[in-house]
Amino acid sequence: MKRLNDLDYLKLNKASAFLYKLKLFFCSVPSYFKKLGLAILTLFKNCGLAVKDEFVDIITTFTKGNWAVKLSFLIFGFGNFYYGQILRGILFLVFEAVFFAYMFVPSGGLYWLSKVNWFQKGATVGTVQGKFEYDMIYDTDIWVPGDDSVKVLLYGLLTVIFIVAFVCTWRMQVRQCRICMNITAKGKKVKSGKDDLRSVLDDQFHKTLLAIPLGGIFAFTVLPIIYMVLIAFTSYDAAHDGFSNLFSWMGFDHFNELLDFGEGGLGVAFGEILSWTLMWAFFATFTNYFLGMFVAIMINKKGIKIKKFWRTILVMTIAIPQFVSLLYVAKLFGSSGLIGKALIDWNWLPDSMLAANQLSLWQNPIASKILLIVLNIWVGIPYIMLMATGILMNIPQDLYESSRIDGASVWQQYSKITLPYMMFVMGPYLLTSFVGNLNNFNVIYLLTQNNQLINTELGTPGGVSVTYTDLLITWLYKMTLNSTDSKYYMASIIGILVFVVVAVLSLVVYNVIPSTRNEEDYK
Amino acid sequence: MNNKENKTIQKRGLGAKASRRLGNTVVYVLLILMTVIWMFPFFGIVLESFRVETTGQVSYMWPKQFGLDNYTRLFKETDFLIWFRNTGIMGVATAVFQTFFILSMSYVLSRLRFKGRKALMNLMLILGMFPGFLTMILIYKVFADLGLTMNMAPVGLIIVYCASSGMGYYVSKGFFDTIPKSLDEAARVDGATRFQVFYKVIMPLSKPIVIYTILMGFMAPWGDFMLASYLIHENSAGMSVAVGMFEWLSKTNVNTHYTMFCAAGVIVAIPVTLVFLMLQKYYVEGVTGGAVKG
Repeated sequence: MKRLNDLDYLKLNKASAFLYKLKLFFCSVPSYFKKLGLAILTLFKNCGLAVKDEFVDIITTFTKGNWAVKLSFLIFGFGNFYYGQILRGILFLVFEAVFFAYMFVPSGGLYWLSKVNWFQKGATVGTVQGKFEYDMIYDTDIWVPGDDSVKVLLYGLLTVIFIVAFVCTWRMQVRQCRICMNITAKGKKVKSGKDDLRSVLDDQFHKTLLAIPLGGIFAFTVLPIIYMVLIAFTSYDAAHDGFSNLFSWMGFDHFNELLDFGEGGLGVAFGEILSWTLMWAFFATFTNYFLGMFVAIMINKKGIKIKKFWRTILVMTIAIPQFVSLLYVAKLFGSSGLIGKALIDWNWLPDSMLAANQLSLWQNPIASKILLIVLNIWVGIPYIMLMATGILMNIPQDLYESSRIDGASVWQQYSKITLPYMMFVMGPYLLTSFVGNLNNFNVIYLLTQNNQLINTELGTPGGVSVTYTDLLITWLYKMTLNSTDSKYYMASIIGILVFVVVAVLSLVVYNVIPSTRNEEDYK
Repeated sequence: MNNKENKTIQKRGLGAKASRRLGNTVVYVLLILMTVIWMFPFFGIVLESFRVETTGQVSYMWPKQFGLDNYTRLFKETDFLIWFRNTGIMGVATAVFQTFFILSMSYVLSRLRFKGRKALMNLMLILGMFPGFLTMILIYKVFADLGLTMNMAPVGLIIVYCASSGMGYYVSKGFFDTIPKSLDEAARVDGATRFQVFYKVIMPLSKPIVIYTILMGFMAPWGDFMLASYLIHENSAGMSVAVGMFEWLSKTNVNTHYTMFCAAGVIVAIPVTLVFLMLQKYYVEGVTGGAVKG
């Protein structure tokens, strides 16, 4: 499509300018996907090249290295010892010793690895099933414990991670040996253990600071997430809890069950909950955003007094723990609550609801959804107001002055100056708050748990009854906690799908909004 | 001609003044309305907590009989004090550790440049897209083996709140980004190590964000229901206020516990609100300064 130059564009009347913009947008969609595809291809290509480089480097290290470097291919840290880096040498050697000891002791790494039966469909995780056996001494059946699948899978996973760490360390120390060799060949001195210790607070300070937080993230986020992804391919639930009954590998069977729209599948329930989740996130984010901005503009308006007071009123609602205020507000709108009762007494409920014997807003699917979004405005406005206030103060005042002299109306000032500026700065925040709302457990669960409106048409997907207002996150919460079936595998699959939805959305948004491009710009 | 133009400007000026006054009145009305809407639940909770004539829910606001019955019942008949103590301990511990985690993470990502920095940030962005709740399936199993659930749940929860908190580095990174780079460089030229730059140059300048992070850490356990309910189950001695009080509003308990819930709500809200209002300045600085930069 032909792009108009600025002059031609300004000549268009409003309607055709709009049409032109629309056309431009749709024309850019295919090229956008093309770009995305190309980016992914380049990523793969770069990965391939990097791997190739690594191998070439390892081989040249071996062929060109002296005997000490060659020996360090087998004995960790040998090169370090040879070149006088005793401290590093010891650390590497100890690591290697610990690794081999762990792998080969009885019930060590190899033992766990062999028990997992990685991804063999139908095979159990763990090999020995615990059972009741007759015991002579007690003259009754007693429980003889077998494997615990949960543990087997966890130790198996840890072993795999240990092996990966081993390979990486091996690679690292081989490279270091080579660097040492090159440095000595040039006649310079290699770093001593003392230098290493000093660099902990200097050149390598980032590693020192990052060690503990990253360790925490690894143990409490990365590891559990990998584990959860593995669980999605098993049959881990209350009946197969791994201890009294081993669970087994299922391949993609459960994925198919979730996406099956026929009888017995969860497809319909999943589709319904997903669509409400997306709708909720959209409305919750944008109503908050625009109304919060509106409130901020109102408070910041010239001539409005006691600005601090208005702000403090709103900020107080952030201070009070959500579960207190939300649970209370939920009750207010119940059929015997202050507002709920008033609605009945003043005949403000629609006749269609009364006819269906729905005595509070919570008991009507549509009304409860709207109420949730409205109440979420009550929760969310203070945050946005604070943020928007900060940004509003940063907008150069002379922009407004000069536009006023040019005869701009208040609305024009808003739509041409305030809004674009806000959009630019708050773009990334909008995305995070959208994602946050997709997983907004607190607002939904606390407001609706005691006023449940069960969606009976969906039956009990995943072993729990769902309400009309359940999000994916509350669904999977109920699945793991409030149900007797505890279908952990289904919860994991839903978690993975939530990830996919969020990832796709973020990828698109990050490529569209301008302010995420360059973080150094802000400095 | 010139005269005429002058006149129109004068006229418009007068009109603008009048319309601004009108606009301000409208804004005042809206703001007062908003204040009423936003404060209404809090007045409601306070009034409810002094209600004596019933323990359940009623559809009028003003109590017929005022008294402290709900408060005395709260302390005598329930485990509320234990829950309150648990949550307080969790708040303080989380504040301390989380601040340490978040500040070191954000400082490194903001002010130091090293290989793999971008990759690390992308990795954390991606990790953040998984619903965090799911990690609890494994964590619960492991903690149950280690004895960190049920009665000991507060300890387990402190670990859960703090361990991954480094992923929430965005706000404080935004703050560190605003401190001029030249400060670091000057100190480095003078021979300071990176640790000294961190400790002696940047930290003294970062009071607002440190206080903001402490505040957020302290408030987290008061508001969290999802993770806490998972680790605690139905074990009263290990409950936090959120989990404990939630049950009071269930269908079976609401008629006997409703006013007590409000009394407990008031007691929970007072310390948190006081701390918050005292440090409000720093909170506002943190949110407005850092959050929008992502």
